Amino acid sequence: MSGFSCQRLSKTFFAHNAVVPALESIDFRVEARSFVCIVGPSGCGKSTLLRLIAGLLPPTSGCVCFDREASQDKPRTALVFQEHGLFPWMTVLDNVAFALVGQRQGRREGRRLAQAQLERVGLAGFAHSYPHQLSGGMRQRVGVARALLANPDILLMDEPFGSVDAQTRLVLQEELLNLWREQQKTVVYVTHDIAEAILLGDRVLVMSGRPGRILADIAVPLARPRMLTAVDSPEIKDIKWRIWNMLESEVRANLGTSSAPFS
Amino acid sequence: MAGWLLVWEMAATRRWISPLFFPAPTTILRTLLAYSASGKLVADLAATLGRLLMGLMLGGSMGMLLGLLMGGSPRLRRLVDPLVAAMHPIPKISLLPLVLIIFGLGESSRVVLVAVASFFPTVINTMTGVQQIPPIYYEVAANYQASPLTVFRRIIIPGSLPMILAGWRIALNTALVITIAVELITAREGLGAAIWLAWQTLRTEHFYAALLVIAVLGLGSNGLLHLLSAWLIPWQRQDHST
Repeated sequence: MSGFSCQRLSKTFFAHNAVVPALESIDFRVEARSFVCIVGPSGCGKSTLLRLIAGLLPPTSGCVCFDREASQDKPRTALVFQEHGLFPWMTVLDNVAFALVGQRQGRREGRRLAQAQLERVGLAGFAHSYPHQLSGGMRQRVGVARALLANPDILLMDEPFGSVDAQTRLVLQEELLNLWREQQKTVVYVTHDIAEAILLGDRVLVMSGRPGRILADIAVPLARPRMLTAVDSPEIKDIKWRIWNMLESEVRANLGTSSAPFS
Repeated sequence: MAGWLLVWEMAATRRWISPLFFPAPTTILRTLLAYSASGKLVADLAATLGRLLMGLMLGGSMGMLLGLLMGGSPRLRRLVDPLVAAMHPIPKISLLPLVLIIFGLGESSRVVLVAVASFFPTVINTMTGVQQIPPIYYEVAANYQASPLTVFRRIIIPGSLPMILAGWRIALNTALVITIAVELITAREGLGAAIWLAWQTLRTEHFYAALLVIAVLGLGSNGLLHLLSAWLIPWQRQDHST
């Protein structure tokens, strides 16, 4: 198992002669086996931060330091993508088995493991369907199943349930918490939903608008396993409002209004 | 359809229209049967089909190959794309004299011109097909440490396949036009040559018989390609969308 820390991590994009600072001096640590949520206004660089941790983008300065060296036979991180992470031309089974393309198993063994993984998440009956034949919620479960099959130490999730309806999301969140408890992964979960961040995370990191900085690092004092009703306690409501107060001005800046129009 | 044929038949036999221009359907059918019985139909069809397929395969596969390379390499694209864009709008039949000078009056000239005509739709469609693959799929591949060969085989090829096949469909139809046109001008055998001979001897029923065979050839080859597409890209069947 491995935790990691981001140290003075910055990312600047250069596009069409414009310099766009996306992340500025990000500093935080994630302990092994903890569940950390990151909230922030849209466009604040949350997704960029995940891609830096996943090693899909190089940082402009600073570093992501992992506690342990990467091993040969399994990846350190796996990213669950927002929406279109599944290949439309592959069946569900092949999509899940794709998690093992970089590893030593043959294709046949990969498929066998993928089938077993699908059975574990209750999607065995859809192994030979194509993604477009599934509902949005099922597609996200396939995305999670794929990431878990790669057996990474650290699971990175980029608003994975952002596009599914509210009821389905509650079920998926519960499934995710169960998986996390059983498999003892470190999870970094990006969302724009404050309630979701509090319900899932041990800690919530609040990010500012562009360029993204860490505004606050808030511990969530809720026992596990968590009940949905626990979120209604006054203590938790207080945390929710604290986070909202931090984000409100950032969101208004995005909308182009400087103060509340109705106050 | 049957009603229209009946009207045509009546109009021709009662000479409301000139049977020289529009011979009766039964006359055309009789001509077609005789054409077939003489063995000439099979010979013409074989000649046309041979040119069509040879040219299409040659030009189409070269276009597909270059399209894949251009789609994958921005540098190559910047170098070659202006050339392709400049030559694409030229009606390919107008290149026939040049091709005849270079390749001579024989069979190879005809195949080369069909190949040139098939090349452009496939190169352009394949290149576009590769370019429009959403970048997120490459991120997924990098996320799971896929090798470049895996990325090519399992992302670039299937991701661009719908566009590649659309390119082949355009190439097929262009190739058919060019094959017939080249035969009208230069060939002794082939369906285009049969049409030209019919004109020169003023036997319009022969013209219609050959035209019918060409129409069936076009419909049949498009139908086959349609089946091939459905088989190669099963994920695009829209029958169980949610």
